[in-house]
Amino acid sequence: MSLDKEELARLVAGDIPPGAYVNLGIGQPTTIARFLEPESCVVLHTENGMLGMGDVVPADEADWDLTNAGKQPVTELPGAAYFHHADSFAMMRGGHLDVCVMGAFQVSAAGDLANWHTGAPDAIPAVGGAMDLAVGAKEVWVMMTLFTKQGQAKLVPECTYPLTGKACVTRVYTELATFHLGPSGVQVAQTFGITFDELASRLDVPLSKV
Amino acid sequence: MRTTITDAREAVAAVKDGDTVLVGGFGMAGMPVELIDALIEHGAGDLTIVSNNAGNGDTGLAALLAAGRVRKMICSFPRQTDSWVFDGLYRAGKIELEVVPQGNLAERMRAAGAGIGAFFCPTGAGTMLTEGKETRVIDGREYVLEYPIHGDVALIRAHVADRLGNLVYRKTARNFGPVMATAATVTVAQVSSIVEIGSLDPECVVTPSIYVNTLVEVPR
Repeated sequence: MSLDKEELARLVAGDIPPGAYVNLGIGQPTTIARFLEPESCVVLHTENGMLGMGDVVPADEADWDLTNAGKQPVTELPGAAYFHHADSFAMMRGGHLDVCVMGAFQVSAAGDLANWHTGAPDAIPAVGGAMDLAVGAKEVWVMMTLFTKQGQAKLVPECTYPLTGKACVTRVYTELATFHLGPSGVQVAQTFGITFDELASRLDVPLSKV
Repeated sequence: MRTTITDAREAVAAVKDGDTVLVGGFGMAGMPVELIDALIEHGAGDLTIVSNNAGNGDTGLAALLAAGRVRKMICSFPRQTDSWVFDGLYRAGKIELEVVPQGNLAERMRAAGAGIGAFFCPTGAGTMLTEGKETRVIDGREYVLEYPIHGDVALIRAHVADRLGNLVYRKTARNFGPVMATAATVTVAQVSSIVEIGSLDPECVVTPSIYVNTLVEVPR
């Protein structure tokens, strides 16, 4: 069986090393936080200036001076720290974050990431912190569906959407398989309800097994 | 120069037609809404606004945009579920947009405040946002030359100020405030309360008074 969204979030959470400093992107990656065990001591970074971010809270418990990157109200955990935006991104760019997890429109076999702009003429471009994360975090993981609703592969030989960063993605987590990207090309780490051969036939990138 | 304590209307009189105004906040957290309301009333137009977002809902920055006072937005993330004011102006061709990666937005203002002429940054290398910019390979990695963003006026929100202009912030409402405070010719800070000199712990001051020209107390 392929993984549902919750199982995928749980899988990514389980792969985050204990004690890691981690940034979870807006949308699906945000849900990973729910599956991090407190004893793993993972510290969440949010680019609007905080380490030690806690859970998203409902609006009636909100402190609107305490929000995540998606502008949802959150809590602060013991040991939290606040800092301004230039520090927050220096932390990122300076290579201090262990892992970031983002969504994507496309990832190329070489690890190029496209996740900020469809390039459509009427689209309003908005990049936020995606390009900074792409060049900054030690590991850039992508969490996405492997195919679009129209059935087109999102793990591709070359991105056709505008790039967020070049050769930055190290892992791709999808409902059908997880992939490691690097000098050995695209390696399939796990599959869910699909065989390696089926996967290889549906993707236009050379695959090997881990 | 000694920091002035005044009301919002007088504070924003420093803004002139055609100015570049740095507006604090990440979404509504840290947004100086009362200062923006006063700026709308003040009437300055043809403004370039530098802020992370391009307005949320119908208040604050969104109201300034709706009033037709903004010629250009420099921001990282204009498009949101509640950015209908900006979206409408942009689609009608009534506003210019410069999208800047969020970290570059912060660092370019930091550079302005710190007297840095320009800096090489890896963010966005090889993407359409850095097309046409000067690049250099340093230690095998591609970097892009980025220039400072100076403001004529910065409008920010902090939590508490002392009468000298030292500022402390509250939680993630700090965001761009400390950087913007350094990057403008005139910095106006809206704060929830103003306390006597000596009542803030000097170890906890985030923005030293040297960066702050005007204080406006708006109890929250």
